[in-house]
Amino acid sequence: MRAVLNRPHSVLPGFNLALGYTLFYLGLIVLIPLSAAFIKTASLNWDSFWTTVSAPRVVASYQLTFGTSLLAALINAVFGLLVAWVLVRYRFPFKRLIDALVDLPFALPTAVAGIALTAIYSANGWLGKPLAALGIKVAFTPLGVLVALTFIGLPFVVRTVQPVLEDMETELEEAAHSLGASRWQSFWRVTLPTVLPAVVTGFTLAFARALGEYGSVIFIAGNMPMVSEITPTAVAVVMLVAAFGLLLVINALQWWIRRRRGEENA
Amino acid sequence: MAAVLPTAGRLAHGVAIRARKRPVPWVPLLLIAIALIYLALFLFVPLAAVFAEAFKKGATYYFDAIREPDAWSAIRLTLIAAAIAVPLNLVFGVAAAWAIAKFDFRGKSLLITLIDLPFSVSPVISGLIYVLIFGLQGWLGPWLQEHDVRVIFAVPGIVLATIFVTFPFVARELIPLMQAQGREEEEAAAVLGANGWQTLWHVTLPNVKWGILYGVILCNARAMGEFGAVSVVSGHIRGLTNTLPLHVEILYNEYNFAAAFACASLLVLLALVTLAIKVFVEARQRKEFSK
Repeated sequence: MRAVLNRPHSVLPGFNLALGYTLFYLGLIVLIPLSAAFIKTASLNWDSFWTTVSAPRVVASYQLTFGTSLLAALINAVFGLLVAWVLVRYRFPFKRLIDALVDLPFALPTAVAGIALTAIYSANGWLGKPLAALGIKVAFTPLGVLVALTFIGLPFVVRTVQPVLEDMETELEEAAHSLGASRWQSFWRVTLPTVLPAVVTGFTLAFARALGEYGSVIFIAGNMPMVSEITPTAVAVVMLVAAFGLLLVINALQWWIRRRRGEENA
Repeated sequence: MAAVLPTAGRLAHGVAIRARKRPVPWVPLLLIAIALIYLALFLFVPLAAVFAEAFKKGATYYFDAIREPDAWSAIRLTLIAAAIAVPLNLVFGVAAAWAIAKFDFRGKSLLITLIDLPFSVSPVISGLIYVLIFGLQGWLGPWLQEHDVRVIFAVPGIVLATIFVTFPFVARELIPLMQAQGREEEEAAAVLGANGWQTLWHVTLPNVKWGILYGVILCNARAMGEFGAVSVVSGHIRGLTNTLPLHVEILYNEYNFAAAFACASLLVLLALVTLAIKVFVEARQRKEFSK
């Protein structure tokens, strides 16, 4: 009865139990272990922390991590938009099967993705052989890392853009057409501004995912120091801060999109 | 104004005629082709490669590689870890969604962000934080060693790391779903005299059953397939602390490619079954939504 009086908004029971258990489990599994990583780092003094995170080898791995992740997310932004467009607007055979398979990188264990991509792109693999003939090496180079990161980030942009395109009324584009816009103009001026927030969200998600990727990269990169070493094995805390920052960016983006959509509806 | 209007009208007229006269079917075709090539390159070819490599040495070799004792114990450990992690995260997901969707309180969006946190933490770091706590140099390490309890390089560490990386799945699926469904039905049940458990069991859960199934299969797929976090805490002891993805890695690093891909193909099948259930669930949800 007291709980009801304290919370005039709800007559439902179980708030204390549900929230209490949520906070307990969250603390036990996530917050305490994560803060342990920070406290452990805090026990280093600032100088040794700085020497650790700014060692040339570590900096090389930041460059590789951020560079390839950014590039992979960009590739996925462009092609993800294209795939979403094709899946929403056109009809072709096996469309539903292909649509379902887009989620494969979410469901496939990253280690499997790693060995599969390495097998394809190694010097005598299906795609590695013709590429090697052209003088392009993929496996065990930064290019291989890029391929792996593109694979694991593939579904994000497609899945964020798809619902927006489905909701978008074709009348807008038709209106642009009938007012004399070319296909390209109506895409550039009408379609793109509508889906852009979704593309940016998908891009950020793919980028965040790529930053922390390990399983698929370890196989295709071979983890050679200085050349193809991805940061996760090197510096945990810098990555944790980057991850948390990105999470805030993603949440802010989603809030912004919701607000924009809300304004349009209102 | 009067000068502008006729221009627009003429333009519209001209475009309409041009569009009818000269349709450009090659633009959609070209776009579809590019999209399919991109997807083939990154999705279909790797998928086919796993099976091609797995059966390279013939079906007998394939089944021997799967039946081998180390592979079996890896499969068993993978199933154990998932069997513990998935139910725990399921209960958490329902509790969190109940608190967040059915009540108003301060700090709700912070709570949602914190629940998402394990998704944005690199898997390796997820493993590392447990080493920092339970490892020999860690906080509880010396105490654990005194009492002869092994967490790191043993099964409990693997289970913990698996729970961590699959933590948000069910909650993430249920929170928006239960928020969208509102509180009216539960409030009606409460007014009619149902207690909390009855409301949850007979009203809320039936409404979100497909969302739960969806969250559980995604959670399960990740739990069985996790590599990075588990790799850090496992210690790679054959037959003891190897999960299936780690077993794949070991075989691969020993250049035993056919066996590695044979075990990997089991994980591919798991992924395909997961996707199939996902498609089924989405179809059911759409059906119920349209009703």
